[in-house]
Amino acid sequence: MILRASGLRKSYGERLAVDDVSFELFAGEVLAVVGESGSGKTTLLRLVSGNLRPDAGAVEFATRHEGVKNLYSISEAERRLLARTDWGFVHQRAEEGLRMNVSAGANVGERLMALGERHYGSIRAAAADWLSRVEMDAARIDESPGAFSGGMRQRLQIARNLVTRPRLVFMDEPTSGLDVSVQAKLLDLLRSLTRGLGLAAIVVTHDLAVARLLAQRMLVMREGRVVEEGLTDQVLDDPQHPYTQLLVSSVLQP
Amino acid sequence: MRDDNYNFGYLDERTKRMIRRAILKAVAIPGYQVPFGSREMPLPYGWGTGGIQVTASVIGPNDVLKVIDQGADDTVNAVNIRRFFQRVTGVATTERTSEATLIQTRHRIPETPLSERQIVVYQVPVPEPLQRLEPREAETRRMHALGDYGLMHVKLYEDIARYGHVSTSYDYPVMVNGRYLMSPSPIPKFDNPKLDMSPALQLFGAGREKRIYALPPYTRVESVAFEDHPFAIQKWSARCALCGSSESFLDEVVTDDRGGRMFVCSDTDYCAGRQAGSAFAA
Repeated sequence: MILRASGLRKSYGERLAVDDVSFELFAGEVLAVVGESGSGKTTLLRLVSGNLRPDAGAVEFATRHEGVKNLYSISEAERRLLARTDWGFVHQRAEEGLRMNVSAGANVGERLMALGERHYGSIRAAAADWLSRVEMDAARIDESPGAFSGGMRQRLQIARNLVTRPRLVFMDEPTSGLDVSVQAKLLDLLRSLTRGLGLAAIVVTHDLAVARLLAQRMLVMREGRVVEEGLTDQVLDDPQHPYTQLLVSSVLQP
Repeated sequence: MRDDNYNFGYLDERTKRMIRRAILKAVAIPGYQVPFGSREMPLPYGWGTGGIQVTASVIGPNDVLKVIDQGADDTVNAVNIRRFFQRVTGVATTERTSEATLIQTRHRIPETPLSERQIVVYQVPVPEPLQRLEPREAETRRMHALGDYGLMHVKLYEDIARYGHVSTSYDYPVMVNGRYLMSPSPIPKFDNPKLDMSPALQLFGAGREKRIYALPPYTRVESVAFEDHPFAIQKWSARCALCGSSESFLDEVVTDDRGGRMFVCSDTDYCAGRQAGSAFAA
């Protein structure tokens, strides 16, 4: 077990966004959270990634050296450290996860510098290395993210997150907003990275194909509750809950 | 000389007490920006209202005051602030660094080494070293609280990637006592090494931004840098045309419209002292 959520509940005023959600995630496992807009999946991601304090319930994370810790009972400084060493967060819009006014190299190197790396040469070497790992041209290291296409920005964001070798990555709709061929390449890359590095990931998506390709297990959410969970293939091929059946049957077949 | 219509030091006693409390807190936490209730002064913001309020709160009748603007004692800002304190306190003033007990300065630290019986007051326009990198003040405060200064190095990285060296030449940020990142006020980075382990008490006042911070005597002050791109100060190929110094900070002065120019010390007292001693030492 690397992350355990138990009895999570969060409401915005009267409206319940996440209601009594529990799950466990194991090291190296990719979990997809699917559901329509407003089903609470993004709120759930913010709760488990330490960005939003739940009204009830707990999130526990197995740290590398210090055992299992409750995310919301440690100090903010510890949570920040965890967020930049053991975790990554890939935003839907790359602009939110990148510093748009500094070069690609500085974007990738930022986490290293925040952790106290003070050697320009080795920061630059690490940045170039990670750019090539996400299949970008390392010669473009000094260009600003504004000069890159949407798919490239998303790769850059991934490199920026993986440079500290996290064990868990949160992804919020990582491929939406990209055209299909770019999506396919990015999914390929994500799949080889998660497999190759043994990364655990929680992927929030409304795209069932993304879940099918990346995830071993999935949660289906509706109105803040988990209505169905199980192995991805099992849920998608033999949906039990009427809402999941509706989701699966709504996918267009070209 | 003193105008009795004003309280000693212009500010009323309760205001001075409030500012002294802020100063005490600032001294106790070197490099930490302490908020204070900045007052209207008979001078516009940007002309040194923060420095003046700090000076007014620490000055005593026996102090000897020196005021520097860009290294010089005879420029408009220095002349006006000196005259202001002569009028509201009647203290003795001087242009000699070694004779002063209280030095208010803008843009320079004197070349003459400071001593334990001196206090230096800096005028600060922008106290927050991270402001140009992170505009949200709530966020910069959190970064200070958590010692989260990676962003500063992102800026240095970007400079080196773009220009081959760190392009900041004044207001070069420093780490104080290994804990707080601090703006040294717009002094040239040439003066940064003088901040480190200085025997004098150094106080920084920002009037518009309502912040006071301090370096107690003998505080460790490091300029931020990379291991393979260490901090370096400016160097000149010329010497001072007036006193021949090769160690001081030089200003370039254009002397005619045919490209004639000369380099002279920016610290007028230091330069005059060397000329008087005819010290054309190598």
